[in-house]
Amino acid sequence: MITTGFRQLFDRFNHGLWPCAIIIGHTLLGTFLVYSTPRSSLAFLALVSSFFSLYYFKADTRFKIVAGVLLALVVIPVVGVRNIFYLEVIFQICVFAALALGLNIVVGFAGLLDLGYVAFYAVGAYLWAFFGSQQFYVLHFAPGTQPSNLPFLLPGDAFYLFMFLAIIVAAITGVFLGLPVLRLRGDYLAIVTLGFGEVIRVLANNLDKPLNFTNGPQGITPIQRPTMPEPLVDSFNNVFGSLIGHQASIADMYNVMFYFLALAMIIVIIFVTRRIDDSKIGRAWTAVREDETAAIAMGIPLVRMKLAAFAMGASFAGVMGVLLAASRTFISPESFSFMQSIGVLTMVILGGSGSIPGAILGAATVTLLNLQILQGFSLYLSELRQSDAVIPLINFAWRDLSTQLDPAKYQRLLFGLILILMMIFRPGGLIPAKRRKRRLAGEEAVTEQ
Amino acid sequence: MNRFLQSINARELIRPLGQMVVFSLGSAIVLSSIVLTLALGLDQTAVGLALQDKYNVSLYTYTLVNLPQVVIDGLTIGFVYAAIALGYTMVYGVLEFINFAHSEIFAVGAFVGVEILIALDHSGLLRSASLGMSYVLLTFAIISGMVAAGALAVTVERVAYRPLRGASRLVPLISAIGVSFLLQDLIRLVEGLTTGDFNRIFPSFGNFDQRLNFGKLALGETTINLGISIKSIIVIVAAMLMLMGLNYLVNATRIGKAIRAVAQDRPTASLMGINVNRIISITFLVGGLLGGAAGVLYALKFTRIDPFVGFFPGLKAFAAAVLGGIGNLTGALLGGIVLGMLETFAGSYMGVFTMGAAGSEYKDIFAFSILILVLIFRPQGLMGENVGQKA
Repeated sequence: MITTGFRQLFDRFNHGLWPCAIIIGHTLLGTFLVYSTPRSSLAFLALVSSFFSLYYFKADTRFKIVAGVLLALVVIPVVGVRNIFYLEVIFQICVFAALALGLNIVVGFAGLLDLGYVAFYAVGAYLWAFFGSQQFYVLHFAPGTQPSNLPFLLPGDAFYLFMFLAIIVAAITGVFLGLPVLRLRGDYLAIVTLGFGEVIRVLANNLDKPLNFTNGPQGITPIQRPTMPEPLVDSFNNVFGSLIGHQASIADMYNVMFYFLALAMIIVIIFVTRRIDDSKIGRAWTAVREDETAAIAMGIPLVRMKLAAFAMGASFAGVMGVLLAASRTFISPESFSFMQSIGVLTMVILGGSGSIPGAILGAATVTLLNLQILQGFSLYLSELRQSDAVIPLINFAWRDLSTQLDPAKYQRLLFGLILILMMIFRPGGLIPAKRRKRRLAGEEAVTEQ
Repeated sequence: MNRFLQSINARELIRPLGQMVVFSLGSAIVLSSIVLTLALGLDQTAVGLALQDKYNVSLYTYTLVNLPQVVIDGLTIGFVYAAIALGYTMVYGVLEFINFAHSEIFAVGAFVGVEILIALDHSGLLRSASLGMSYVLLTFAIISGMVAAGALAVTVERVAYRPLRGASRLVPLISAIGVSFLLQDLIRLVEGLTTGDFNRIFPSFGNFDQRLNFGKLALGETTINLGISIKSIIVIVAAMLMLMGLNYLVNATRIGKAIRAVAQDRPTASLMGINVNRIISITFLVGGLLGGAAGVLYALKFTRIDPFVGFFPGLKAFAAAVLGGIGNLTGALLGGIVLGMLETFAGSYMGVFTMGAAGSEYKDIFAFSILILVLIFRPQGLMGENVGQKA
């Protein structure tokens, strides 16, 4: 009932000049809210959701492209530099969206459940962390005993080279893992990839001896940042300085640059994914996903196709790993736990496996839930704890509430709930993949007769 | 009484006992001889000399001295793995589905048992208990853990798996991963709200921490202590009893026959008048009971538990089930014992044999390496039918 009512309302405004007006209005409203309130989650949601009104409403493609470019390249950097917290959240959304898009190829297109996806992310991150830091000179020292004032092994320029290297290295890792295990049926594959993820994490944790490759649980820091084009800071300040209200520092501009890099990666990934999905390989993946036996019978080289999916997903994660290491200038094995893998999986499942806009929506939703809503809830609870308020009816003083009840630390609960509820009530995800939608519509027609 | 005794199928009680003894002795002998041969071979190399420098003991003697304790530790953890692995393998046999949440069922069993003992400890009952009474209380804690875990397993099946039956393979698996994560944080939430701390310690009572010493064996300058802690005996005996009980249930009762029928062919079984849903519930119940008991035994052996305690034992038990041949009860038993032994041997000796480069910190991923090797070279497991390639 509610959905049909919503759909009617939606359709009424989805023609003529209405969409353009709504998109512009939504974007302006979001921008204004974020611009005027420094740290409000709601204002931020209003701005981020304007991407989705951009996606959903029918409008001229040229208008959409111009609006999207303006929103992504002008509005968000300006608002973000004004309040660096927003830029950080947006950057995380972008990183997770890229990871979700990569996992979406493996899980959504080829139907291979990969529970150790962050292992490839770790491979990329440690690749740059090792070559872009002092770690090479520390090889023979135990963690914590190395001399100070060591030089960096490679200059910042090498970062751009390593983004390409990471694609190759992560893809090779994916092939090496995939070759033995891809013959297995889906659920075994899930457990083996989980094991592989743990192996990589344990290796990162323990490869500080006999030679100190990873610096153990302390992690590697500092890591070289990429070189930034010199005039970027000045020109940015000249153009947008008055809007931002203060001079953007170099650190601010690094955040903007990483955001741009992540955005560029997302666009590349979307482009590659869409082209491949429409190609012979994409069709082969669909066939493999729907029925392996039939796919073999049709002459599809099963293992090679699975390997291609695995390697492609891995290479995207590898690039994002390099980006993460450079943007954080610090990495440790903790960032690559099993929970991260499940987090990315949750994003794919929530958005709709096999669906590109779904993966981005999932990544945005889960990241926002984690960073904004759960944390906001935590803050609210701790405020209540300090007040004299009492829960009515049961007469329980908020002050006595255990400090263990910190919603921001209950990500597992969130991921678990999302996974179960999506599987039971909406296995296709929030934005189901197109091909699947068409087939389901046909089935309904058959049952209605 | 006489008729009851006659109705018991004695063969089904003796066979698993024999299997357990054979598997334990067999894996102990094979692994010990491998380790001792390695030690003899490496004795005069850099590895042996390094040890000689450090502790003034030859590698061979060092290996031999530690051997009895390693075997017993391996057996103890091996039986715990076997009890958990049976839960995986039974569910897999009936539904062809990896119950990912089984590791949290195990953790819930451990928490319920330990919380009950802690409550008894606070009431002073544990400290004043006589020796006999402390065994009764331990049994009570184990049974409570079993009941809670069994009830939880049935509930999880009803809520999160049954609606998804008939969907594609990955759908219930993803739901199971969700349940696993949800339960981990629910345990943390409940423990955090009620006790303010989610690392719980098994209270020490009775004579469980003592060691039985069988004497010493002189070997050059050093001596070998032949002994076993009472904890380990309890864990091994309790696990053996449960495994025998399970074997009897599956192989010699009507319910067991129904379980096997459903595992073989669900539609046909339902045509024969078997209530398939009920049998699936019973399968989950039995797996949960075993998992819960294993949880309390694990807590008894390792003392400290936290909400994520189930993760590694669960995964290793799954590896054990695959190693033995998933869907096969005897296989799970064999796999559990072999994996527990292998892991303990590797954890104890790898550090010495590699001169400290790779030691017990790699113990946790050792099981995965075995899992991957088994899946590559013998996907049907040591004694299973070939299910690895079944579509």
